[in-house]
Amino acid sequence: MGKAELPLHAPGTRVDKGYIGQSVPRPNAKRLLQGRGAFVDDLRFPRLAHVAFFRSPHAHARIKRLDFGNALKSAGVIDVFDGRAVAEYCTPWVGVLAHLKGIKSPPQHAIAIERACWQGEAVAAVVAESRTQAEDAVDLIDADWEELPAVLDMDEALSGRCVIHPELGDNICFKREHDTGGVDEAFAKADLVVEETYRFGRHTGVCLEGRSILADYNAAEHTLTVHHSTQAPHMMQDVFSRHLGIPEANVRVIARDVGGSFGIKVHVYPDEMATAALSVMLRRPVKFVADRLESFLTDIHAREHKVTIRLACSKDGEILAFDLDDLSAIGPYSVYPRTSGIEGNQVVNLTGGPYKHQKYRAKLNVVFTNKNVTCQYRAVGHPIAVALTEGIVDLAAQNLKMDPAEFRRRNLIPDDAYPYTFPSGVKFEKLSHHQCLDQLLGLMNYASLRKEQADLRGRNIFRGIGLAAMIEVTNPSPAFYGVGGARISAQDGATLRLEPTGMVTVMCSVTEQGQGTEGIFAQIAASAVGVSMDKVRVITGDTGVTPYGGGTWASRGAGIGGEAVLLAGRALLSNILDVASKVLNLEKETLDIENNAIVDKLTQEKKMPLEELGRITYFRPDILPLDFQAELTVTRHYTPREYAFTFTNGIQASLVEVDTDTGFVKLLKHWCVEDSGTVINPMLVDEQLRGGVAEGIGAALYEECLYSPEGQLLNGNMADYVVPMSGEIPDIVCAHIETPTRQSQLGAKGVGEAGTAGAPGAVMNAINDALAPLGARVTAMPFTPERILRALGRIA
Amino acid sequence: MEHALDITLTVNGTPVSRRVEARQHLVDFLREELGLTGSHVGCEHGVCGACTVRVDGEIVRGCLMLAVQANGCKVDTIEGLSDSKEVGELQRAFHERNSLQCGFCTPGMLMAARDLQLKNPAASREQIRAHLSGNYCRCTGYQAIVDAIEEVLHGKS
Repeated sequence: MGKAELPLHAPGTRVDKGYIGQSVPRPNAKRLLQGRGAFVDDLRFPRLAHVAFFRSPHAHARIKRLDFGNALKSAGVIDVFDGRAVAEYCTPWVGVLAHLKGIKSPPQHAIAIERACWQGEAVAAVVAESRTQAEDAVDLIDADWEELPAVLDMDEALSGRCVIHPELGDNICFKREHDTGGVDEAFAKADLVVEETYRFGRHTGVCLEGRSILADYNAAEHTLTVHHSTQAPHMMQDVFSRHLGIPEANVRVIARDVGGSFGIKVHVYPDEMATAALSVMLRRPVKFVADRLESFLTDIHAREHKVTIRLACSKDGEILAFDLDDLSAIGPYSVYPRTSGIEGNQVVNLTGGPYKHQKYRAKLNVVFTNKNVTCQYRAVGHPIAVALTEGIVDLAAQNLKMDPAEFRRRNLIPDDAYPYTFPSGVKFEKLSHHQCLDQLLGLMNYASLRKEQADLRGRNIFRGIGLAAMIEVTNPSPAFYGVGGARISAQDGATLRLEPTGMVTVMCSVTEQGQGTEGIFAQIAASAVGVSMDKVRVITGDTGVTPYGGGTWASRGAGIGGEAVLLAGRALLSNILDVASKVLNLEKETLDIENNAIVDKLTQEKKMPLEELGRITYFRPDILPLDFQAELTVTRHYTPREYAFTFTNGIQASLVEVDTDTGFVKLLKHWCVEDSGTVINPMLVDEQLRGGVAEGIGAALYEECLYSPEGQLLNGNMADYVVPMSGEIPDIVCAHIETPTRQSQLGAKGVGEAGTAGAPGAVMNAINDALAPLGARVTAMPFTPERILRALGRIA
Repeated sequence: MEHALDITLTVNGTPVSRRVEARQHLVDFLREELGLTGSHVGCEHGVCGACTVRVDGEIVRGCLMLAVQANGCKVDTIEGLSDSKEVGELQRAFHERNSLQCGFCTPGMLMAARDLQLKNPAASREQIRAHLSGNYCRCTGYQAIVDAIEEVLHGKS
């Protein structure tokens, strides 16, 4: 029987039947607004024990003796363990990946054995009936230490005069060199060569909710259920299984509400592994919540770099080559399983990224030091690459007396040049630098701002305008981690189920940390199936429930998880129409779903509500044909594979005023034009950009983990480590260019890290633009009043 | 229990009596003894504002006040203000403008916003920003929060 071929959409029918592109509020925000979320520390368990850690007071020291006698006698104490005791239940790990050639790191234990390598490393665990009692007992542990020489300076570490891990031979964790060839020739023939050294202060994520874990081992079943404030439940399921010796199927990781993550909560932390091991050892639930002081000492830090960059260009302002030398320090261990080599590697991959030069040389050294470990924090490497590139580009423009916007226009990769391979080897599918630049300059009214700036300078008011163009890694393929041997999924999955009531349940492996993942999945599912959003429920963050997947990192949730939801939604639509076709005795091709009902595709005439279809399918399948089985649960997966990364692009601008008497910088306004492909929810995208910009501003102006020469963290509390508050952050204007990726049906690229990637460079350039008439320049972040006054020669 | 004292206070309109350790913070008392987990513990040194609650009409840091100091007081938390709908307009505006992401700071932020609404309903945008300067949000960049409060105070949308 030949079925009639109907047009996909008859003239006059509505093509867009949904929510994609609409600023729909997030349904799951309501519980958070009432304080009725479920963060790990909100959970209540019978027989719950609490752990507190005795941490090294020294940056590098041998543990000569640990005496638990008094601690064991303290009220409420259940037991006290050292590293050897925990190591019997939890094997050590090594943070290396095969595709980062030559990367090395020593084995790391959950609790340090024999030696502590940074101030704050856990060397004993006290388990008690309450956290208060555990902390009381920690104070009663008696320890003898033999202090060892601490390596704290990056250059000192590189010199190898004192080697932290003698078995490794030197302090170099990872090094990389990249050379297109022809760089020396390009510099030799250049009309202008500019060179500058930039320093980036080590800083950290400061999630408002500290790292939190509640591990619940069931000895009868040999199962471990872990309630975890994490971005990657399936990765952690594998890690707990592997290192605790519990079959993977017996490990369930649940991440409900997560109080901020920003990359901080995607790593394996020794104290969290110890907590899981303690639950196994004691056969009862054990909880650890990092307090704020522990968070500063042990949450991963990031971005300690010193980079010298050179740029060669012609007198017309054509960039010919970049030459880069990056030195970065990561603490005493490469963090498992993502490694601490990725950040520097990204600096090499991304520096110079928006521009069309063909010659590029880069050298990277990543060294061990006796400070806290560093690893991937929001925008990994991008803020450094962008600031370097945009800083040296502005310096070149200044030397040529060329407007920085015009200098960029001459050098940005043309919008019709794609697909394009950048000299570092990364490939761009399609970017829109020139559209973004044009939109930005219009949005900020660039020309009149320049005029206002010149007028104000006459009155000794020093305003600056800074631009920062950028590229950004999103939607990573297995090339990011999987090819290096990490058991980190680049694939995500979504299961959609039509319930008997006509509701649609979505279960997806991408997790929610507040960015709105569950909200956009509801939008996509509702649009794909043809139901209203109030008919959709979304479940994420439970390895026992959702399909397998990578979770939330590298701006991948919307582009990868969202595509899986879209594909599953379309499959569910098709399966529902199969049932409808049998029930109504009509050809499937004539049917569709609109507004929670089966309708005639052409006339939109309502044929049957979905709840009636659900009722028949689940409770009266006896009336369906014998040779037909309804399938109202479907699962689909998606992995981007055509490109290693789906690059996005954007450009930011900052307007600042520098007080040359006090050195204070006032941020007046910030603009961000971003191309993240299909925009699913403009409000959520803007809020990702704004939140990201705020974190980037923190890096540029306020945030730095300061260590004493002995390796003591000097400002490890919220009063002394300054983050932007409501009075500091300016209004941030956002706009979008939409260049959907052709790799997926949805076309979405990532956006979570763009703000953080570009803001530090834009703010730095704005400050230097303000200081230019005074002959001053700053290149060491954060740009504190002290550093600005020193640059101005106001203080020595 | 050493250094324990008996206290009686009114929490969200309900009288409660407990014997508490003298050193227990008010926010720990609310969370651990009463199960009111909406007030969050972000820093325990009075900087972040996530534990903001209202005691006898004034907003305080639940981590800087001891439970025994609240003896005889009237304490309001986000759960109480939600059920009484006292912060209903603010919650609606926060929801519509996505003035929260992870939601960890949000109960404290709403407490501060409600305090401003009661004390300075004509507050300017700059005054709103100043009033929130003790409440730390790492996710939003604050703009949407300021927008939502401004909308509720001035009826703008």
